[in-house]
Amino acid sequence: MRGWMRKFRSLILFGALTLILSGCGVDNISALKPEGYGSDLIFDLMMISIAIMLFVFVIVMAIYTFVLIRYRQKKGQEDFIPKQTEGNKALEIIWTVIPIILLLVLAVPTVQATFDLADKSGQTDEDALTIEVTGNQYWWHFNYAGQEISTSQDLYIPTGERVYLDMKSSDVIHSFWVPSIAGKMDTNPGENVNTMYLEAYEEGVYWGQCAELCGPSHSLMDFKVIAVSPEKFDQWKEDMQNIDPEAQPETASAQEGQELFQNNCMSCHAIGSAAAGVGPNLSNFGNRTMIAGILDPTKENLVDWITNPDEIKPGNQMPADLVSEEEASKIADYLLQLDHSEVTPESAGGNSNEGNNE
Amino acid sequence: MSTAVAQNRGLGAAIWDYLTTVDHKKIAHLYLASGGFFFLIGGLEAMIIRIQLMKPGNDFISAGLYNEMITMHGTTMIFLAAMPIIFALMNAVVPLQIGARDVAFPFLNSLGFWLFLFGGIILNVSWFTGAPDAGWTNYAPLSTTSPGHGVDYYVMGLQISGAGTLIGGINFLVTIVNMRAPGMTFMRMPLFTWTVFVTSTLILFAFPALTVGLFLMMFDRMFGSAFFDIALGGNAVIWEHLFWIFGHPEVYILILPAFGAFSEIFSTFSKKRLFGYSAMVFATVLIGFLGFMVWAHHMFTVGLGPIANSIFAVATMAIAVPTGIKIFNWMFTMWGGSIRMTTSMLWSVAFIPTFTIGGMTGVMLAAAAADYQYHDTYFVVAHFHYVIVGGLVFGIFAALHYWWPKMFGRVLSEKLGKWTFWLFFIGFHLTFFIQHFLGLMGMPRRYWTFQDGQGLNTGNLISTAGAFLMAIGTIIFLINVIYVAVKGKQASGDPWDGRTLEWSIPSPPPHYNFKQTPLVRGLDPLWVEKSEGKKGMTPAEPLGDIHMPNPSILPFMMSLGLFIAGFGFIYQVDNKVWLALVFIGMGITFGSMLTRSLKDDIGHHIHKEDLEKGAGE
Ligand code: HEM
Ligand SMILES: [Cu+2]
Repeated sequence: MRGWMRKFRSLILFGALTLILSGCGVDNISALKPEGYGSDLIFDLMMISIAIMLFVFVIVMAIYTFVLIRYRQKKGQEDFIPKQTEGNKALEIIWTVIPIILLLVLAVPTVQATFDLADKSGQTDEDALTIEVTGNQYWWHFNYAGQEISTSQDLYIPTGERVYLDMKSSDVIHSFWVPSIAGKMDTNPGENVNTMYLEAYEEGVYWGQCAELCGPSHSLMDFKVIAVSPEKFDQWKEDMQNIDPEAQPETASAQEGQELFQNNCMSCHAIGSAAAGVGPNLSNFGNRTMIAGILDPTKENLVDWITNPDEIKPGNQMPADLVSEEEASKIADYLLQLDHSEVTPESAGGNSNEGNNE
Repeated sequence: MSTAVAQNRGLGAAIWDYLTTVDHKKIAHLYLASGGFFFLIGGLEAMIIRIQLMKPGNDFISAGLYNEMITMHGTTMIFLAAMPIIFALMNAVVPLQIGARDVAFPFLNSLGFWLFLFGGIILNVSWFTGAPDAGWTNYAPLSTTSPGHGVDYYVMGLQISGAGTLIGGINFLVTIVNMRAPGMTFMRMPLFTWTVFVTSTLILFAFPALTVGLFLMMFDRMFGSAFFDIALGGNAVIWEHLFWIFGHPEVYILILPAFGAFSEIFSTFSKKRLFGYSAMVFATVLIGFLGFMVWAHHMFTVGLGPIANSIFAVATMAIAVPTGIKIFNWMFTMWGGSIRMTTSMLWSVAFIPTFTIGGMTGVMLAAAAADYQYHDTYFVVAHFHYVIVGGLVFGIFAALHYWWPKMFGRVLSEKLGKWTFWLFFIGFHLTFFIQHFLGLMGMPRRYWTFQDGQGLNTGNLISTAGAFLMAIGTIIFLINVIYVAVKGKQASGDPWDGRTLEWSIPSPPPHYNFKQTPLVRGLDPLWVEKSEGKKGMTPAEPLGDIHMPNPSILPFMMSLGLFIAGFGFIYQVDNKVWLALVFIGMGITFGSMLTRSLKDDIGHHIHKEDLEKGAGE
């Protein structure tokens, strides 16, 4: 018995140790470090439930440990026949009623939070910002309703405000998840539009990901929510509304790239306020935090992507070998200089790659 | 049947014997062997998944293959490993526990097994041609648009093996209602039999939902209908409902018999009757009922709205109450008892804290709003492995060590058993405990790879290390089985000082089980007799002729026919020539059914005189 207990204890110790070592994850990804209204509310609910559960667990383990130590068969007592008790009404009522009470204590805040997170009343407000989110294999499209702004992958929002999302999918079911500022919500194909809201407290770049299996590159379907102050957001909005898709780039290579882009890529992609096509809208591409959601925004990576997207994101819809490597390089020059706004992820407090505390 | 006899008659005869058997004890062996085999395959798939996730940015396997791995791992573990092993235990134990000579429909029992096996084979053939890759939940439209034939294999394989399960469930329902020995009232039934009874009821109501869903999916993929095709007016979310209306009760279908086994084991190895027996029965029935009311808790993020989410949240939390009742009753069964820490007791004892953790995270998940964070993350993966492995797999190991002597006439090695236990137990917690935190730290489920710098590296590495320990534990169990088959000694009829009827007859039992049907005079009938100083059960009838069913190859042939037709259905999409297989296969099946209908088979008798001489044992 004692050996058994020792093993069990060391197991718990080891578990606790690893937890401390690994911390609670990275600031802008972890649900344990809430940075927005939704995640905060949920975090509180989580803590209530964990407290109740730990309380129950401690009681169970106390009885359990006692029973196992006290009632182990002792040497020489092999013939001992215990009393054949049938049960005990009082005890059984106690362990039926107490859990019911505990569950009610949890049920009330659960229902409250569920309704709170579904509260759309603010959306009718004139200033309220609604963004139409579309999940695609394997990228996200964001259309700012009534604003003539269309972006993909990077979602800019103002801090301290509720931003409403109307969500659907263009193909299979995806799920939109930004752990550090809100929970998740599925995007369904068809007429079925889901809504949720985001409210970030502080400026920052928050990591988002797809949480519903959607094909081979499901795990590569990342996006970023970039929360900036309302002033910066207004600036960004203005910059984005004034994009001239035809604007001439400065370098010769980029100019050639622009033409190549228009001839080869515009059937699927767009620059400016056009809605989602088969591929992402590439406005403001030079300010993107990442290429395709997962690659560092270097020219080399971009050329790699253009020439061979399927190798990087298996199963995605962009055809390979549309252009030669040389042409791709020019297109890359063009795309990387598309920094339509002065408001960038850096101005929101840095690139999302930072903050690693492992 | 002893192995010695089989060897005398040659291997061919032994195989023929198993192909045609309608004896529930041999069908139990078949279920166990094939379920065990699929368990190893599912385990191998799990190891491949864990190796891939050992470090960030790994490319041990490709993204597409990874999705095939998780799909097949989940599907295999639930349908082809857990389910049949549960059926093995049901077959091995229930007729003995209720004092019956057989199940109600021996022929159907065999049919159920062969359907399951051939369905499982179809699923695994897909490894050679492209496996299903839309997850074991197979959500539309990912599944309906999945290229290749992977999902078709899923649909056909599960449809055929699901039919087998449904048949099996009905059989046990009728068996338990109709074939109990004199005096065995419902409230004297051993708890394992009770849980099998409730499980069978759940099968009866849950599997038709799966059948319907699979048929719709089959028509969408193979015959151009559009139930789930949005572009043509279909609805993708319907699949989710159908799947979970089946899928949620399925979890209880699996776990309840494990609860039953634990109840028997706690009672036997504490030398006490089960504490709060009637409360346990009530809790079992209640869990079964509530199991049907909560399917939408898998769909909190689908967008059903706050009202539906709240209702399903509270209904889900309610399940914790009967489950809690069980946990306390088990602990109070041990209270005041005389606990023997055998291997099967060890597994049962370890089950309590493990399952309690799984149950607690279940309540956490039930808090709908909080599920917006947990859903589809490693938190959920951790939760359901705590429940399924910590409840069901621990239960299977406990039950196998407990009933092995009854099934095979040999006691498993306690020493090897304890090695298996410790390695598996430690490995299990190492693998899955940390996953709760991985999920909360932002790791979604079904991710082929995760990126460096997200704080997920250490946790994943630990998790993979734990999986290896579990694998080693499982291998030691296999060694145990082989070692005991070769070296083990013949077990007595009652090696554990048991309390229920199965321990009143020899190990393994003769093929008619009870020479004379026993008379049941209370709960734990054998214990009742023993405590009055008697050696065995008092018979309820004089010795007489025993009627037994004849073996038959027809169940095998019927299933084989569907197996062949399955490939026809799958490949006729490419080329109508394949329809030939549909006709051949269905021909074999219907031909066998016709034969069965037209041919009188009234079974045979074992005569009184032979019984007196001890023949047939
Ligand atoms: C050897 C022990 C096991 C290990 C290491 C293991 C590991 C895993 C892993 C890593 C996943 C994939 C998580 C994801 O990316 O979504 C998974 C999924 C799953 N496992 Fe296990 N598992 C084990 C045993 C079992 C058992 C015994 C069962 C059931 C009887 C089971 C049922 C499932 C199911 C249903 C899924 C979900 C598959 C899906 O998401 O489509 N596992 N397991
Ligand atoms: Cu996705």
